[in-house]
Amino acid sequence: MKDMHTTKITRAINWNRMDDEKDLEVWNRLTVNFWLPEKVPLSNDIPSWGTLTDHEKQLTIRVFTGLTLLDTIQNTVGAPSLMPDAVTPHEEAVLTNIAFMEAVHARSYSSIFSTLCSTKEIDEAFRWSEENPHLQAKARTILDTYAPGNDPLKRKIASVFLESFLFYSGFYLPMYWSSRAKLTNTADLIRLIIRDEAVHGYYVGYKFQRGYEKRTEAEQQELKDYAFALMFELYGIENEYTEELYDELGLTEDVKVFLHYNANKALQNLGFEALFPPEVSEVNPAILAALSPDSENHDFFSGSGSSYVIGKAVATEDDDWDF
Amino acid sequence: MGRPPALVYYSSASGNTRRFVDRLGYEAARIPIEPDAPLPDLRDPFVLICPTYADGEGRGAVPKQVIRFLNIPENRNQLCGVIGSGNRNFGATYALAGRIISEKCNVPVLYTFELAGTQTDIDRLRAGLEKLGDSLCSTTS
Repeated sequence: MKDMHTTKITRAINWNRMDDEKDLEVWNRLTVNFWLPEKVPLSNDIPSWGTLTDHEKQLTIRVFTGLTLLDTIQNTVGAPSLMPDAVTPHEEAVLTNIAFMEAVHARSYSSIFSTLCSTKEIDEAFRWSEENPHLQAKARTILDTYAPGNDPLKRKIASVFLESFLFYSGFYLPMYWSSRAKLTNTADLIRLIIRDEAVHGYYVGYKFQRGYEKRTEAEQQELKDYAFALMFELYGIENEYTEELYDELGLTEDVKVFLHYNANKALQNLGFEALFPPEVSEVNPAILAALSPDSENHDFFSGSGSSYVIGKAVATEDDDWDF
Repeated sequence: MGRPPALVYYSSASGNTRRFVDRLGYEAARIPIEPDAPLPDLRDPFVLICPTYADGEGRGAVPKQVIRFLNIPENRNQLCGVIGSGNRNFGATYALAGRIISEKCNVPVLYTFELAGTQTDIDRLRAGLEKLGDSLCSTTS
């Protein structure tokens, strides 16, 4: 039994003893939000698909193929590459959920394709994704960062940028169609993906912040410089990708504003300040409304005149509210 | 011109709301994350800034600690408005905590913002809060 001293103990995960409550909060959120593409009635979009021009169809398929590529990276490389650096066993469990949902996302684009497109169109788009220099450049840049031996916090930076920034040149298009009452079921599916990616970016960004605060000031500065440099590099690629895809529809400038807005949010997930000033980050309200339907924007202060109607708090039950 | 009402906020360990409140630059009391820590003790009317933690069904939108704070009638009675935050990527549940508190406590949602807010949010909110602070002073004095 001498070996007992040298053998590493393998531990079973105990969800009743949490080192970080955020792990449980995010696990619960992700599992409640679980979905599969079969739950969305995509075939209802067939008539709407028929109203798109050939160019619009090709653009849409290409955009979705680009998104499939990013989900494939996160599923097979990105989320698994974060696991060896997990600080808690629960974090590893959350990352397995994230990895699997990325596979669901990648799979769901193929559901859209098989519902709306011909085999020839699909094959052409996948070939395009392998040959498009901008799409390949962003894949390569992210994959280099995920490589073994790299600083775990740099991997997290790349992961947050993929989840919270790189997807959005693609997500713009279904939101745009949705704002014009086109492909609305497809948009419902994309919103489920957007919701998941938002939790992923938030969680990995949170774990980044926990690691970052343990580093020396010099290391923190180096990581921050790295993050902004990587953002600039990715932004350069995204600009060209956006122009190539959206110039013909005249949407490029609108998409670029959406990129700025999402780049700022990605940086905020890491705990950093925004990069792009408000005047170039005010997203088209139709796109914002497509992102979060049924949720009005509130600015009570800019409302009618100077009179504030302050409601008097009524007596509510003192018991815990039923949320 | 310009004294804002008292401010109370909640921010989880991810710190978005805390960073927003820091940039706003006003004194603000934080509702603690720890369930056994003492809650802020308020005497004046105040505005609450609350982030949203809803799942896809909208459950759990208001943090437990904020519920605990508002379940104290003395606190609830001084609440004069709520500012909700969240992420538009969560669709219909964006800034839902603000709307729930608004309905429960019969106070207006004054503003909504995303994550740690933008400079535009900071500017608008500063102007609005200072006006609100003045109007609260003129009604209470």
